[in-house]
Amino acid sequence: MSANTALEPGMIDISQSTRPSLAKLVGVEVRKMTDTRAGMWLLITIAAITVLVNTLFLIFSKDDLPFLAFLQFSAMPQGILLPILAILLVTQEWGQRTGLVTFALVPHRGRVMLAKFIAAVGFVVAAYLIALAIAAVLTPLAGSADPWEDVTGPYLLRVLLALMIGAIWGWAFGIALLNSAFAIVAYFAVPTVVTIVSEIWTAVRDQMTWFDLSMSSSRLFDPAGVSGEQWAQLGTGVLLWIALPMVIGWIRVNRAEIK
Amino acid sequence: MRGAPALGRLSPMIKVENLTKKYGDFTAVRDVSFTAQPGRVTGFLGPNGAGKSTSMRMMVGLTRADSGSVTVGGHDYLDIPNPGRHVGVLLDASAQHAGRTGREVLALSAATMGLPKARVDEMLALVSLSDSEAKRRVRNYSLGMRQRLGIANALMGDPQVLILDEPANGLDPAGIRWMRGLLKGYADRGGTVLLSSHLLHEVQMIADELVMIGRGTIVAQGSPQELLQDSGTYFRAVEQEQLVAALRAQGIEPVAVADGLRADAESVQIGRVAAAQGITMIELRPADGGLEDLFLELTAETQREAYTDNTAGAQA
Repeated sequence: MSANTALEPGMIDISQSTRPSLAKLVGVEVRKMTDTRAGMWLLITIAAITVLVNTLFLIFSKDDLPFLAFLQFSAMPQGILLPILAILLVTQEWGQRTGLVTFALVPHRGRVMLAKFIAAVGFVVAAYLIALAIAAVLTPLAGSADPWEDVTGPYLLRVLLALMIGAIWGWAFGIALLNSAFAIVAYFAVPTVVTIVSEIWTAVRDQMTWFDLSMSSSRLFDPAGVSGEQWAQLGTGVLLWIALPMVIGWIRVNRAEIK
Repeated sequence: MRGAPALGRLSPMIKVENLTKKYGDFTAVRDVSFTAQPGRVTGFLGPNGAGKSTSMRMMVGLTRADSGSVTVGGHDYLDIPNPGRHVGVLLDASAQHAGRTGREVLALSAATMGLPKARVDEMLALVSLSDSEAKRRVRNYSLGMRQRLGIANALMGDPQVLILDEPANGLDPAGIRWMRGLLKGYADRGGTVLLSSHLLHEVQMIADELVMIGRGTIVAQGSPQELLQDSGTYFRAVEQEQLVAALRAQGIEPVAVADGLRADAESVQIGRVAAAQGITMIELRPADGGLEDLFLELTAETQREAYTDNTAGAQA
């Protein structure tokens, strides 16, 4: 017992007690994603599939592939798996009930959530760096006539943004639903439903583009660029499918009883 | 650290005041007030669903109280910057990621609290989890091992207060004895322990003070001795019938319990009567069924199992 004996009985001296820093909490959250077999395999899978997809295209594609093609091949599996990672980062505290320990150690739940958010963003950046590295290695091997065509800073950032939107979208559904299965199903079902609605209900097809986030974020991959209206449509989609669930989730997490 | 109970009595380490929690129409915890003193092990006793876990979750900010307050060491739990260093909490030993190793569970907590890695090994040794056990995934742990891991997790930050929900659940008798030694030692060094249990005999073995809860309300509190005062005396004598007659003459009415007798009188009264009559006593002690009876009686309304006076009497 290292307690201060000079203190009044029944009082705990907390003057020397310091909150765990946000950096420390982010480190813990990253570790939580890597210290289970499920989490580790998800990370390995993301890396392995990214390599595999690119290699297969390199071997079987008839065209001489440029850098951008490889980057887009990487974005396909990563666009599916990174959101799942982001969802699990949040929902495992509820599914595995580890929240009882996590939130007892850090009772200000918003800080844990912020750490999870930063961790999710970190994983996306890491995955993107892997994708860039793979594309950089494979592009010279593919022997395209103009391998670096359209490779610009803004474009590379747009691709990162697209991956980021996908993962944060998953994260937002995770925090709103606090259940791995619900969140994953919702994440994949929502864009499908939105697409079906705009296919069937042709009268509102134009208006639907303001709410179809998967469509508006896929435009970020267009090397030709994104128009002002398209950026606005991306914004409304983000508000509806990311900002709103995040607000709901934030309220839920802070109010919810951790059992 | 000083742990003089007389001093502690005046300044509780855990102070629960008028705590109330409702779920819709159902009141899980109703106006609960009690304290836990430094240097003492306080047992929070009640049947399943009585409101123990809900109360404990409210103490550490995991459940919001509708009204009332809790202070731990004079603070609202939410105001403690690094609570793991001051208050050790174990709310459910099974609430761990099944895919993590025991060591990793502790390492995550150590990292969160800012403790060195060596602390993990110290804690594993303290709760007697071997190196190979610590490397196993929690999925493969018995409930007893999970409890040990949870205790290790709670003690890791070298806290002054322990809040443990059903820590003895799943432990074998040797494990319960071990935990008793651990918690008594902790309390003797001045620590405050609040632990819950739904089993009287378990809590009786470990706790210095009892707080009994039934249907969300505190129904009794005090030391086991205090709570037992009214439960009478159990005794056996060679000349049983002669003793019964002598006691009746003194206005004491014994009742047959198991192979002996129980009377609402102090041991010394019965001993005196026996001595005056030259009766040979075989047993003379506080009726130990008393606390059990009290517990069952106080919590009878909340029990699913119906019980009769006969079965209660047979336990004495």
